[in-house]
Amino acid sequence: MRNLDKKLDEKEIQSLANAGLDISEKERIASFLQSDDEILISKTLNPGVEILPIEEALEKYPWSSKFYGKSFQILEKDFPKDTKGGYFIWVKKGVHTYFPIQACLFLKKRKFFQKVHNLIIAEEGAKVYIITGCTVSYTSQESHHLGISEFFAKKGAYINFTMIHSWKEDTMVEPESIAILEEGATFLSNYICLHPVRKVSMYPTAVLLGSNSKARFTSLLLASRDSFQDIGSRVIFRAPQTSAEVISRGVSTGGKIIARGHLKAESPQVKAHLECRGLLLSSQGVIHAIPELETNYQDVDISHEAAIGKISKDEIEYLASRGLSREEATGVIIRGFMDTEILSLPQVLKKEIDNLTDQTVKKGF
Amino acid sequence: MPEYVLQVKNLTVQANQKVILKDINLDIEKNSTVILFGPNGSGKSALIKTIVGISGYKIVKGDIFFEGKSIKDLPIHERARLGIGIMFQHSPKVRGVRLEQIAHFLTSQEEKIKSLASQLHLDKIFHRELNFDFSGGEMKRSELFQIILQQPKLLLLDEPESGVDLENISLMGSILDSFLKEQKPASLIITHTGYILDYIQATTGWVMIDGAIHCIGHPREIFETIRKFGYERYRKCL
Repeated sequence: MRNLDKKLDEKEIQSLANAGLDISEKERIASFLQSDDEILISKTLNPGVEILPIEEALEKYPWSSKFYGKSFQILEKDFPKDTKGGYFIWVKKGVHTYFPIQACLFLKKRKFFQKVHNLIIAEEGAKVYIITGCTVSYTSQESHHLGISEFFAKKGAYINFTMIHSWKEDTMVEPESIAILEEGATFLSNYICLHPVRKVSMYPTAVLLGSNSKARFTSLLLASRDSFQDIGSRVIFRAPQTSAEVISRGVSTGGKIIARGHLKAESPQVKAHLECRGLLLSSQGVIHAIPELETNYQDVDISHEAAIGKISKDEIEYLASRGLSREEATGVIIRGFMDTEILSLPQVLKKEIDNLTDQTVKKGF
Repeated sequence: MPEYVLQVKNLTVQANQKVILKDINLDIEKNSTVILFGPNGSGKSALIKTIVGISGYKIVKGDIFFEGKSIKDLPIHERARLGIGIMFQHSPKVRGVRLEQIAHFLTSQEEKIKSLASQLHLDKIFHRELNFDFSGGEMKRSELFQIILQQPKLLLLDEPESGVDLENISLMGSILDSFLKEQKPASLIITHTGYILDYIQATTGWVMIDGAIHCIGHPREIFETIRKFGYERYRKCL
């Protein structure tokens, strides 16, 4: 990433790396980086993958404007129009990428309100991995991030989207994302938020329009003191033979987590499951699981399970009898609870995410 | 001078405000294996857990010495690091922690982990979260696996053979026996069935009744007497 050091200092580049950005670009097929409202990087190494700042894309590819806002129309919802920046990713028909595309949204100035609109289109039969890291500079204060993301997975397309949030105690965050799936398409979303944040609230939604499409949302959440995470995942089924899975693991060390989930079957022959597990480690913390199932069809198989617990004394003492201190035992149990195996990560990202999770959990205890 | 690994002196312990161990005195030398007999609820497990430092067992009198140093105020993990190892009778489920991970905390000798896991037929449960869907036998083999990797100087085994089929008792017995012969630690074993006596060289037997040690003798003889006459005969011993 040439010239990046002219715009960002070493500490800032490190926080980008901690949010999943591969500075060397060795294991990324395309990269995008926006700092506040300034685009610093936008380039692709694969002719089958286009990546552009959204404004540029709408000009270069007039057809893309048909998709801009389309997912909101499908859900009859409004969306903020005063956005500036954001990325456009277009994976052409039948293109499979092995290395992920990386996109990073960075907050730098004091009290800056970043509002972006992202558009991701995977054409028929395309297969793509995307990792997006959203993070802040140490110089940022009381900044605000609003990110709209629209995903379109066409017939048989596969989108695997990993989002890492790494904010600060005073950042406000409101992502809004909708994924539209055609016949046989797959959308996998992995969300990881282990750092403090003043408030993040989001309810990403997948709409399964085509039969045999499927969605999977997984989230790993850690809420430290004064952090508030209101995280949901919603799947709306509008075709038969569709399926989905929503899994979340939340740990509160003093913050508040609302773990929502909503499976709405507007079609028969739907199979879906919602699972939410919470670990409450402080009397100051709150975990509130709100799973919802909704349908007016008899021929659906939808279910949920939710459980909130603490680490038992027996577990700690057992590990202590093998030589682990209380802190070590707690850390190991939390790290195990934050099981990255539940995520649908591509092999290339697995180790990176494991390391990031290791570091964060270790630091936290 | 005998080399004592463990010395328990005038130990009185309370749990839930009730005295459960009364004025216990015992010494265990290096390279010796002591068998602790006693009816259910006599305090055998309580004694082992008190030595390990498990919460809920309050020492109201007396002391416990490991290699000559008092350990009664040390936290559990420090006692473990000094060389006290326990094989629990009932070990808890530990969500999110795999047997494999615990093995790696206990030793960095990869080869040893592999060969012992294979000897103890742990392949099926090796990558599983601890004690989740473990059978009774698997749980015991996993406990034995861990304690051997830990290489303690004092082994505390709480009914190592309960719930284990005969084939596995023989497997576990022979692995335990070779560990005892090679490492020459001190060990304290609770047994109900006595099966374990067929595989190891026990040196001394003690009978505990109502929280107190009543008799000391040859473990085989004690076991045979209990089998024929029950524990009543040992009440008089004191």
